Amino acid sequence: MTLEHHLPALQVVVPLLTAPLVAVLRPKDLAWAAATAASAMAFAISVTLTSMVLDGSVLRYEMGGWPAPYGIELVIDSLSALVLLLVTGSSTVALLMGRDSVARDMEPHRQPLFYAAWLTAMAGLAGIAVTGDAFNVFVFMEISSLATYVLIAGGTDRRALTSVFKYLIMGTVGATFYLIGVGFIYMMTGTLNFADMEARIADAPTRAPLLVAAGFITVGLALKAAVFPLHVWLPNAYAYAPHVVTAFIAASSTKVALYVLLRFDFLVFQGNLDGHAIQFADFMLPLAVAGVLFGSAVALYETNLKRLLGYSSIAQIGYMILGASLLDQAGVTAGVLHMFNHALAKGALFLALVLMARRLAGFDLLQIAGIGRRMPWTTAAFLLAAASLIGIPGTAGFVSKWYLVSAAFAQGAVGIALVVVIVASSLMALAYLWRVLEPAYFGTPLETEGNDAPTPLWPLLVLWVAALANVYFGLFPQLPVTLANQAAGALLGIPATGVFP
Amino acid sequence: MLELLGHLHYWVFAILLMTGFYALIAKHNLIKKLLGLAIFQSAVFLLYITMAEIEGGTAPIIQNGVADQIYSNPLPQVLILTAIVVGISTTALGLAIVVRIREAYDSIEDNEIRRMDRRS
Repeated sequence: MTLEHHLPALQVVVPLLTAPLVAVLRPKDLAWAAATAASAMAFAISVTLTSMVLDGSVLRYEMGGWPAPYGIELVIDSLSALVLLLVTGSSTVALLMGRDSVARDMEPHRQPLFYAAWLTAMAGLAGIAVTGDAFNVFVFMEISSLATYVLIAGGTDRRALTSVFKYLIMGTVGATFYLIGVGFIYMMTGTLNFADMEARIADAPTRAPLLVAAGFITVGLALKAAVFPLHVWLPNAYAYAPHVVTAFIAASSTKVALYVLLRFDFLVFQGNLDGHAIQFADFMLPLAVAGVLFGSAVALYETNLKRLLGYSSIAQIGYMILGASLLDQAGVTAGVLHMFNHALAKGALFLALVLMARRLAGFDLLQIAGIGRRMPWTTAAFLLAAASLIGIPGTAGFVSKWYLVSAAFAQGAVGIALVVVIVASSLMALAYLWRVLEPAYFGTPLETEGNDAPTPLWPLLVLWVAALANVYFGLFPQLPVTLANQAAGALLGIPATGVFP
Repeated sequence: MLELLGHLHYWVFAILLMTGFYALIAKHNLIKKLLGLAIFQSAVFLLYITMAEIEGGTAPIIQNGVADQIYSNPLPQVLILTAIVVGISTTALGLAIVVRIREAYDSIEDNEIRRMDRRS
């Protein structure tokens, strides 16, 4: 038993055990350093795990030495590796540049607790990605959700409290729906292990409880993933959370919920329930299209920059669902790939806002006027990430949209309509981001509010790493494409066909 | 009729679930919403606890000299113990947020709060 063998468990254990330590560490900067170190270590573990599954293999780890399906099994495959990279990577980057922002928004004695909640949220999200046990997913989901509510409630605006209350109610309903679904499956199969469930579900004596379970689980997770029309908690939660928290959760939490949704629907249900695949597609595809159009259209009229980006996320989640509901290798690859690329783009956009918040009184589109001249480097990074969100060639966003459009084209007449939707929404993205960039670069600043000290170099460097990652993965998309392709193969039950071009 | 009575625990589950769901949607008072959420979750606890029960089943303890004993499944109860802890934490956190909302808005009625937010 080498250390390497225990990495799947350490992925969760390291942040989870550091969290209580961070809560009692003083002064606040030491707490920040410990949290960042734990997050960076978790990221290093994710990178190592990714390199171990990149050849298409699956890592299995028996928790406490109890063999599956009796014990809890941790399973790392390409899809979980991709999600782990997003969760730990976005957390590390946001923490690295977030210290000043947190210090401005929060009293010193609250900061260690804030960082402890942060690590707990990250541990929960990573836990969902590593575990192979359906009930374990519920527990981790609630750990991460409760910690995320605490993080969002740390926002300075009092509307953070009302938005987090709404999120708490809706998030708990989503998780409870999931729990009901798991209960019904447990009644019919007597197992909670995903792999075991997949093998036994076809032998269930009656199908009705399984269909009910599929409904509860799909709706519950769609609520957590903010799939239109279950998105209402998202824009305000993003808008009033502390800026660093927005960067972290925008890049990770909805993707993790989507990950569980894909796992459950594809692995457990679609292979074993007749007609479930078609039902999934018929149910999800219209929602995805509606979400894509609705999110982009509302973003066109939204006047608060953070809410605008929140509505844009709802549209982008639509793209991911759209890809998945095409139900073929190309479509699911595109959906999973877009999870990765959207996290890169939206993460970098919100990180740019973390720095902009130093100089701005608020994120109303009138208030950001002239920021491009006051903070040229920060705004340039924002511009780069915005290009990726729109899908300009040479950026990561282009790669996944390309995959999505080619997957849609292969669907015949419906596909053409989908391509029209994707192109229309991309044009709307161009328009709503122009509404941000135009005042940012050409507007006259209002009275200079906030401090006008020069932007510190270190957070700016971190921001640029995040922004340039969009270009890097736009020019060299092999890593996410390989992972997404293998993940799609595993979800659809087709053996992976090696590295995609 | 017997069929309906035989599924009594499912009826209790469904009625409790919908009672809680109704309260958390329809009530304006934030504390009542949280109570609705607690009822909603309790319904699921009952679903899990009753699913393990077998007629004539006892606690799963192996005794000497007792053969052919039917045991109830202990696992769902263990699972739901965890879920109860999660539920209590959620309620506690929700109440803590309501306290902060009361401090910030001086109200716990969500229609009044929404009106105040719209004005600002």
